Amino acid sequence: MPMRPFRLGLQIVSGVIPLLLLAVFVFLTAYSWPAIHFNGLRFLFSDTWSLGNLYADPVARDGYQVAVGARYGIWVFVVGTLASSALALSIAVPVGMGVAFFLSEYAPARLRAVLSQIVELLAMVPSVVYGLWGLDVLAPLVLRHIAPWLASLLHVVPFFAGAASSGYGLLTAGLVLALMVVPVISSTLAEAMQRVPRELRESCFALGATRAEMLRKILLPAVRIPLIGAVILALGRALGETMAVLMVSGGALNYLPSTIYSPITSMAAFIASQLDSALQDPSGMAVRSLAEIALVLLVISVIVNVVARLLTYQVRADARR
Amino acid sequence: MRRGRPLANGVFAVLCLLAFALVVVPLADILWTVFARGASALSWRLFTQVTNGISGGLLNAIEGTLVLSGGAILLAAPIGVAAGVYLAEYGAGAWGRTARFLSDVLVGVPSIVLGYFSYVTIVLGLGWQFSALAGAITLAVLVVPYIARFTELAMRQNPAGLREAAYALGCREHQVVLRVLLPAARSAVLTGVLLALAISVGETAPLIYTAGWSNYVWSGKLTHEPIGYLTYVIWSFINQPFASAHALAYAAAFLVVAVVLLINVVARRLLRTAAQ
Repeated sequence: MPMRPFRLGLQIVSGVIPLLLLAVFVFLTAYSWPAIHFNGLRFLFSDTWSLGNLYADPVARDGYQVAVGARYGIWVFVVGTLASSALALSIAVPVGMGVAFFLSEYAPARLRAVLSQIVELLAMVPSVVYGLWGLDVLAPLVLRHIAPWLASLLHVVPFFAGAASSGYGLLTAGLVLALMVVPVISSTLAEAMQRVPRELRESCFALGATRAEMLRKILLPAVRIPLIGAVILALGRALGETMAVLMVSGGALNYLPSTIYSPITSMAAFIASQLDSALQDPSGMAVRSLAEIALVLLVISVIVNVVARLLTYQVRADARR
Repeated sequence: MRRGRPLANGVFAVLCLLAFALVVVPLADILWTVFARGASALSWRLFTQVTNGISGGLLNAIEGTLVLSGGAILLAAPIGVAAGVYLAEYGAGAWGRTARFLSDVLVGVPSIVLGYFSYVTIVLGLGWQFSALAGAITLAVLVVPYIARFTELAMRQNPAGLREAAYALGCREHQVVLRVLLPAARSAVLTGVLLALAISVGETAPLIYTAGWSNYVWSGKLTHEPIGYLTYVIWSFINQPFASAHALAYAAAFLVVAVVLLINVVARRLLRTAAQ
């Protein structure tokens, strides 16, 4: 086999990207190692995050120098992340499916390209702009109209009863996240529906099915796996979203949401908001514990994305066969 | 039962239309809010003065965004394009499949995690502190998988005959790629780079930990000097209880959204000419 310096060079450069992913994992693990050791499993399941007394001299605990009374537990942020993502998906999945159906089946053929580009615009709006809109427009709307309406409609359901004290909280975060992930679901689904053979839907119509029946009984089962992949991909987006959640979630610390209107904090938003305070800790354990949150978030997002990509890849491979 | 079927069909169609409206109405309101409030906050002062506390202009932030995003593209484009070319031309094997897969996974890593990674390695590890280069490198890590993916897709659009003709004329591998295939796909490759630029202009989270913030015009130092950027103005000034701060936040949002949309329009145009 001849030497191919050009090809070899490109191959080495293409290795940079996997290497970066590996480096992110290795360096975050190495940096947060003392925190991982010190916090143990309490880290995930304890609901108190306290930097302790930063003015007293750090004390030695379990062989590490930490601030007096420091406790690092992220259960509140784990719950906030999961709850806001779950709420977002429970809205975005049906809406995203409706959008995909509308674009590919109901919209006039001439407008189809324009309308789908409009939906794609949602994916281009920067997340901080979503946060700005959520903070200035959606949060007051939630406080004055959406929350009271939802509370009166579902007052028998425990988590929905009660009044919103401010517009910032789980509900607003979920709504903003839903809007952000809808294009992920609708565009993947629309693309998958285009690959379904024409004969399938035509023979279904020929048997006298209505359009809705054809969609539900023929198209939807045919795109089941890419749909699941898209939902998981959207979950990954929602779990890691930082700025929009940071700006509308209300920034809960050390308490769990009691209603859907309660303030929350997600892991990503907490990392973004806490560096200034963590740097005040002379022992450095607070900054390392933040790195441990980043590591947890990295592991979760890698798992979620690997699953989603495996599902969508498998379908493409099947389609090619 | 039989009479119910057209009704169910109609209800389903209305629900689909409703879903579309649920998405488009908020989008229209976002754009309207940003452009209406942003336009009223626009003035020449924004482009000539630096931020002074919570008032003044945005010169420092505009310049910082240009430096950070421009730097990120300069770093990411060569790596991303080279990786994309490899994946398209020689990436059918195990190495190519792995690289492609992990590149897709890297796209899914939350940007705040990349920001903290850079904070640990560059800001603390290398001791560069909050700086232009730390921010630009972080943004580059963020966009490099996008560029690679777009380049790969662009190169795959080249007809096989083009490649075969070039080899038949006795071209070497690098001549085939650099003189024939890459020029043929240049519009689509450029589209990918432009979209990466749009992503980097709109990013906030990874810069909080790497670029910092500065009220002054950048002095040109790559390290050891924090630098401002437009998205920082949006998220931090909107939380201030002052009208001047809100005006600056909306002006910054106007500029960011306008630039992102403009880049997307140009990119789409390019892609359409490439397809013809």
